[in-house]
Amino acid sequence: MSKVPANLKYIKSHEWVEPQADGTVKIGITDHAQDLLGDMVYVDLPQPGRVLKAGQECAVVESVKAASDVYSPIAGEVIAVNEALAASPELVNKDPYGEGWIMRLKPANPVELDNLLDADGYAALIAAEAH
Amino acid sequence: MSKRTPLYDAHLALGAKMVDFGGWDMPLHYGSQIEEHHIVRRASGMFDVSHMTIADLEGARVREFLRYLLANNVDKLTVPGKALYTCILNERGGVIDDLIVYFMSEQWFRLVVNAATRDKDLAWITRHADAFGVTVKERDDLAMIAVQGPAACDAVHGLLGDAAPRIAALAPFHAVMAGELFVARTGYTGEDGYEIMLPAVQAAGFWQRLQAAGVKPIGLGARDTLRLEAGMNLYGADMDENTTPLESGLGWTVAWEPAARDFVGRAALEAQRARGITLTQVGLVLNDKGVLRNHQQVFIGGETAGEITSGSFSPTLGIAIALARLSREAQGECEIEIRGKRVAARIVKPPFVRHGKSCIESQ
Repeated sequence: MSKVPANLKYIKSHEWVEPQADGTVKIGITDHAQDLLGDMVYVDLPQPGRVLKAGQECAVVESVKAASDVYSPIAGEVIAVNEALAASPELVNKDPYGEGWIMRLKPANPVELDNLLDADGYAALIAAEAH
Repeated sequence: MSKRTPLYDAHLALGAKMVDFGGWDMPLHYGSQIEEHHIVRRASGMFDVSHMTIADLEGARVREFLRYLLANNVDKLTVPGKALYTCILNERGGVIDDLIVYFMSEQWFRLVVNAATRDKDLAWITRHADAFGVTVKERDDLAMIAVQGPAACDAVHGLLGDAAPRIAALAPFHAVMAGELFVARTGYTGEDGYEIMLPAVQAAGFWQRLQAAGVKPIGLGARDTLRLEAGMNLYGADMDENTTPLESGLGWTVAWEPAARDFVGRAALEAQRARGITLTQVGLVLNDKGVLRNHQQVFIGGETAGEITSGSFSPTLGIAIALARLSREAQGECEIEIRGKRVAARIVKPPFVRHGKSCIESQ
């Protein structure tokens, strides 16, 4: 079973959002997503400073099997990306909610966070996909 | 419902991620595709290839029939057990499938064809076989396990008892019967090893004994990156019914001599050769980070030159590699379009990796 940490927010295209103490958010792909994609070999990261709309393509994760777009769960400005993924894309597989994070965003409209799925909602979604 | 091989339960017990492959429920990997790839390059791995179709062709005129049916010439097969890689062509010279044919006796040849093309292959072969009085018998009572890697042969020898010395003496692309086992020194990885056909009921036991001997299970995912590194074509990607062997890097498998031998597709190939071959297969290596994928477009000097037929990431080399079909003889630098951006790549001659070693550094 894929891990779905209770403290995160999710969207149905399998990204997670972790609100930080300073008001920014950390974003990555879920354990379920990395499991579907298989071994990562390349992550195409966004440029810091880029301003994203909610639902906009912002990165690409490439496994041996396929390339998959990563969508920004909320609107905001990219303030940091996980440079470690350039040399070690497999961090997305090994630790999708920790060292495998993809980017940090300064939310344009923090209230958007309230519209995202909680852990129960996301767990129900992936359970439904399995059937 | 998808078809299952005799090793289906073994795959589930090993925690395999199962996927549909040509109508079969097959293991993609057992945890990490890249790790499995390295195991085959460095030690030994085993693949369930029981989904592939084995067909025995029998009859007094079977050699004459195959001389006509196949683009390579079975007259190269003079010693029982010898194998030959060949295409089977349609009248337009397009590739219906690629296969390995084994010479068993003057009354019996064995073919191994792809799983996804089973129905059309058997229909085509049977249709042409009737005129030669040759019978086509599918051997779905057999399973097939490939054991590949630098340590593969020793691992297999340890399981064969008295037959081991005979198997160890097999030259590449030769096969021999050892009791109920048919053991061939062939493969699809660029490493040494065997492909073993055996009664389906014995498959799970043999698989377990291989595992106990230290051979690791390898999924179809690694099988694809291994064959790509080895510069081996995949049917349906690198060639199909709309491309000929001459434009797919398979010209070496077409036996033109003797000129008097007629085979299905010969006239079309000769006409193409007379007009001039305008398409050619090359290898590509991506200079920067990223991954090459099937159908990405290739540009030389800013102009369209063709497209990638098989692209992936090479675990051995740590970079993306591909086979591509280009519109002309080309060398040196090119560009690949990836998500709207042109990225630099280099044209090389496959294979990329053989016996665990890079073949492209000196190119």
